[in-house]
Amino acid sequence: MNTQDQLLIFELSKEGRVGYSLPALDVPEADLSSLLPDDYVRTEHAELPQVSELQIMRHYTALSKRNHGVDSGFYPLGSCTMKYNPKINEDVARYAGFAQIHPLQEEETVQGAMEMMYNLQTSLAEITGMDEVTLQPAAGAHGEWTGLMMIRAYHEANGDQKRTKVIVPDSAHGTNPASATVAGFDSITVKSDDRGLVDLDDLRRVVGEDTAALMLTNPNTLGLFEEHILEMAAIVHEAGGKLYYDGANMNAIMGYTRPGDMGFDVVHLNLHKTFTGPHGGGGPGSGPVGVKKDLIPFLPKPVLMKKGEGFTFEYDRPQSIGRVKPYYGNFGINVRAYTYIRTMGPIGLKQVSEYAVLNANYLMRRLEPHFDLPFTQHCKHEFVLSGKRQKKLGVRTLDMAKRLLDFGYHPPTIYFPLSVEEAIMIEPTETESKETLDEFIDAMIQIAKEAEETPEVVQEAPHSTVVKRLDEAMAARKPVLRHVK
Amino acid sequence: MTFRYLPMTEQDKKEMMEAAGISSTEELFKDIPENVRFKGDLQIEPALPEPELVKYMSMLSQKNINTKEYASFLGAGVYDHYTPSIVNHVTLRSEFYTAYTPYQPEISQGELQAIFEFQTMICELTGMDVANSSMYDGGTAFAEAALLSAGQTKRKKIIVSKSVHPESLAVLQTYANGQRLEVVEVDTKDGLTDLEELKNTVDDETACVLVQYPNFFGQVEPLKDIEEIVHSQKAMFVVSSNPLSLGVLTPPGKFGADIVVGDAQVFGIPQGFGGPHCGYFAVTKKLMRKVPGRLVGQTVDENGKRGFVLTLQAREQHIRRDKATSNICSNQALNALAASVAMTALGKQGIKEVAVQNIQKAHYAKNILSEKGFNIPYEAPFFNEFVVKLNGPVKEINKKLLENGMIGGYDLGRDFPELENHMLIAVTELRTKSEIDKLATVLEGL
Repeated sequence: MNTQDQLLIFELSKEGRVGYSLPALDVPEADLSSLLPDDYVRTEHAELPQVSELQIMRHYTALSKRNHGVDSGFYPLGSCTMKYNPKINEDVARYAGFAQIHPLQEEETVQGAMEMMYNLQTSLAEITGMDEVTLQPAAGAHGEWTGLMMIRAYHEANGDQKRTKVIVPDSAHGTNPASATVAGFDSITVKSDDRGLVDLDDLRRVVGEDTAALMLTNPNTLGLFEEHILEMAAIVHEAGGKLYYDGANMNAIMGYTRPGDMGFDVVHLNLHKTFTGPHGGGGPGSGPVGVKKDLIPFLPKPVLMKKGEGFTFEYDRPQSIGRVKPYYGNFGINVRAYTYIRTMGPIGLKQVSEYAVLNANYLMRRLEPHFDLPFTQHCKHEFVLSGKRQKKLGVRTLDMAKRLLDFGYHPPTIYFPLSVEEAIMIEPTETESKETLDEFIDAMIQIAKEAEETPEVVQEAPHSTVVKRLDEAMAARKPVLRHVK
Repeated sequence: MTFRYLPMTEQDKKEMMEAAGISSTEELFKDIPENVRFKGDLQIEPALPEPELVKYMSMLSQKNINTKEYASFLGAGVYDHYTPSIVNHVTLRSEFYTAYTPYQPEISQGELQAIFEFQTMICELTGMDVANSSMYDGGTAFAEAALLSAGQTKRKKIIVSKSVHPESLAVLQTYANGQRLEVVEVDTKDGLTDLEELKNTVDDETACVLVQYPNFFGQVEPLKDIEEIVHSQKAMFVVSSNPLSLGVLTPPGKFGADIVVGDAQVFGIPQGFGGPHCGYFAVTKKLMRKVPGRLVGQTVDENGKRGFVLTLQAREQHIRRDKATSNICSNQALNALAASVAMTALGKQGIKEVAVQNIQKAHYAKNILSEKGFNIPYEAPFFNEFVVKLNGPVKEINKKLLENGMIGGYDLGRDFPELENHMLIAVTELRTKSEIDKLATVLEGL
C-alpha cells in the first residue's frame, strides 16, 4: 500500500480541463432565457472537478490500492459472508440485454429479463422451502421491513389489531429491531440460555396475544443452530404469531435444511452474501423475501407471474402491502445471483454449506487453545471467540483486530454479538483454501502470543497501513462531511 | 464433481477433520434435528459449466430489446445517458466491488474517500449542506425523507404533489402505512402542482410537502412559490430532483429546501431494468444528525494525517437498534462510486453542457411535434421530458415505433386515466437530430 498523502479529486482540478467527449449540439439552439424563467436558470456553477481522463483513472486506481476487498485477501468478517465474487457474474450483468433495458418497456420486449427473474424466484423458493418469492426488496434490511409489513397486513386482515410486538433474541443484529420500528411494531427481547440458544422458557414468557412475530436467524449470530426450532415455532404459532427468518446466515444450511421446513412463515435472503452478488463497498445488495401460502396475498406489487409461455407483472393485488421499491428490485444483482445458482446447481450449493461449516469448525478448533470460546459445541458457518483473556493483559479485541491489518487480513466482526464480552466473530466462507486458513491461524496465534509478551506491539497496531488509527471522536464532534475549497 | 469456487481437496478435508476432531461431515450437521432435515436434492436446475452458462445467459439477454440497439425516448425516472467508458473500468477494480462497508478505516481509505467526494458532489449540485453516502434509489429516498420530516416535526400529515413519479408515490404510501402517517395528495393543474389546493391543504399538522423538480411530466415546478406555502406552516420542504437537470436549473437548496433527494442513475449507472440505481439524500446542516444511512467524515490519524471514517453512527440501526432514524444498512456504495466517476468525467463544464443539450434537444422535439400538429397539453418550462397527445393508444403506437427501431415514450394512461393516449417523451443528449426527426415522421404517419 502506498503511504503518501492522497489528494482529493477536487484538489487535482484545474480550470478548463475536461474528462468527457460529447458531439456538438445538432439541433437549433434556443436562448436558455427563452426556455426557463430567470430565477430557475442556474447562475453559480456546481464545483465539480475539472480533470483529464488519465488523472481520473490514476486517482481511482490510487484509491483502490487503499482499499481491501476479497480479491485483495482474506476477509473473515462474521455475519457478512465475504466469499469470492465470480467474474462471470460481472460479465453477464453487463450484457446489453440486461444492463441496457428500461424497466417501463413493454413486457413483450423484456421477456428474457422476466424469465431470468422468474427462474431466480422459483429457485430461491425451492432453496428456502417457501411458496412464493418477491425480488423487490433492495437489501436485507429492506427485506426485513417488507416481510414485517406483510405480517402486519396479515394480522390486520384477520381483524387482529392487537399484535404490536415483534420478539427478537438478545443476540440479534440491530437491524431487526430497527426494521420492526419502521414497520410500526415495538420490539421486545427474548433471552439466550448458557448454550447461546434462545431460552424456551423465556420465549414462553414473552409470547402472547400481542405477538406479531418472532424474528430469528438460524444458525443464530453466534453461529449456532437453534436445535429447538420446531418447539419455538409451535410456541409462536400457538400464540397466533408468525415466524420470521433472517437469511443472513443461509450460507450454513443450503441443501441441509430449509427455513420453510423449520416452520418459518417469512424469509428474507441477502443475495450479496450467500449468492455472491458483490458487496460493492456497502451495496447495492438484494433482499428477496419468500412467504408461505397464507401470506401470498400480501406480497408487494407487482407480482411476476408465468402466463402461458411468457411472463407478466400482475398489479391487481387488492391485499398487497403496496410497492416497496420503484420497478422490480435490484435486477442487476439478481442477474449475478442467478448466474451463481446456475454455476453451482443443487449439488454445488450443498457443498458450499458443507465447506463453509467445515472451514469454520477447523478455524474454531485450531484457535480454541489460544482464545476463550464461550460456546463449545460445533458451530455452523461462523463462530464467536472472546478476547477476555487478552483483555486481562491490557490488549483489547479492537487492538487485535488492528494488529491483523498488519498481516494483510480484514479483521473479523468485533464487539458483536453484544452478548459476548470482547467478541470476535469469524466467518471464513467456503471459498478459502486450507493454506489461507492455516496462515490466518498462525497470525492469530502470533497475536495471542504478542499479547502476552509484547502487548505494546498489538496496542499500537496497525503499523503498516496508509493511515494509523483515526480520531473518530473528532470526526463526530466536529463533523466535516464534504470538501470545501 | 468439483467446483471452481471450492478449493478444498479430499486430502485437505481429511486433514482438517482430523485436526478439528471431527469424524464426519454428518457430525457437523447433527444439531439440525432429523425432522427438519432436507432429504434428497434441491429441485433446481443442475450446474452448468462456464461456456454453457455464458451461452444460456446470453440467450436470455438477447430476448430483450435493448437501448444500445434501439433509440430510446423512454424516461419517466430512468434515462439513457452518455456513460464515459472510464466509469466501468473504475467500478471493475475489484478492491472496490469485493469490499464491504468500510468498518475498518485503515484499510478502507479508498472507499471512504470516494464516498466523501460523492457527498461533496451531491452537495454542490443540490445546493445543500450535507449529503449521505447513498440510498437504495430515488423512490425509497423520497419515502425516507417523509419519515425524517415526521420525526423531526412530530407531525403526522404528509402532503405530496400528484406530479411526482407514481412509483415514488406508491413507495411513500407503503412506508407511511408502516409509520401510521397520513398521506394527502395534492392535485395538478396544467401538469404542475395546484398551488391553490396546496395552500388549502398545508396546515399546522403538516410534517412536510414533497414535490418533484422537474416533475414527472418533465415540467419545472415553481419551487419559490411552493416554499413560501410550506414554510408558512413550519412544515419541511422536500424536493426530489433529477441531479443532471441541476446542471442548468437553480438548485433546490437555493429555494430553501430542507431535504433534497433523487436518483443518480443519470450519472453512469445502467438502466438495468430498474435497478440497482443510486438514491441520494441531502439536507440542511440543521438535519445533519437525523439523516438516514451512512455518512463519511474527515478526520486525522494519530500522526495528524488526513483520513476518513464512517461518522455520526449514533443515528444508525447497529447502535440505536429500535431507536434508529432508519433501518437502512447496505446502500448503493458501488453505484455512488460509478456516479462519482461520471460526475468527475463530466466536471464543472460537462455537467452544464449535458444538461443544456438535454433541454435543447427536448425542446427541438417538442417544437417539431407541435409543428406537425400534435397537441402538447402543458406549457410550463420543462427539462428533457414533455407530454404529447397522440392519435391512438400509446401501447399500439409503441409497437409501430419498435418496428422502426425506436423505443417510444411512457404511456401516461397507465397511471393517469385522464391522460389516455398521452405519451411522456424523454429526449437525452444521446438522441440525434435524425432520430428525433424520424420519431416525428413515424408518429405523424400513424
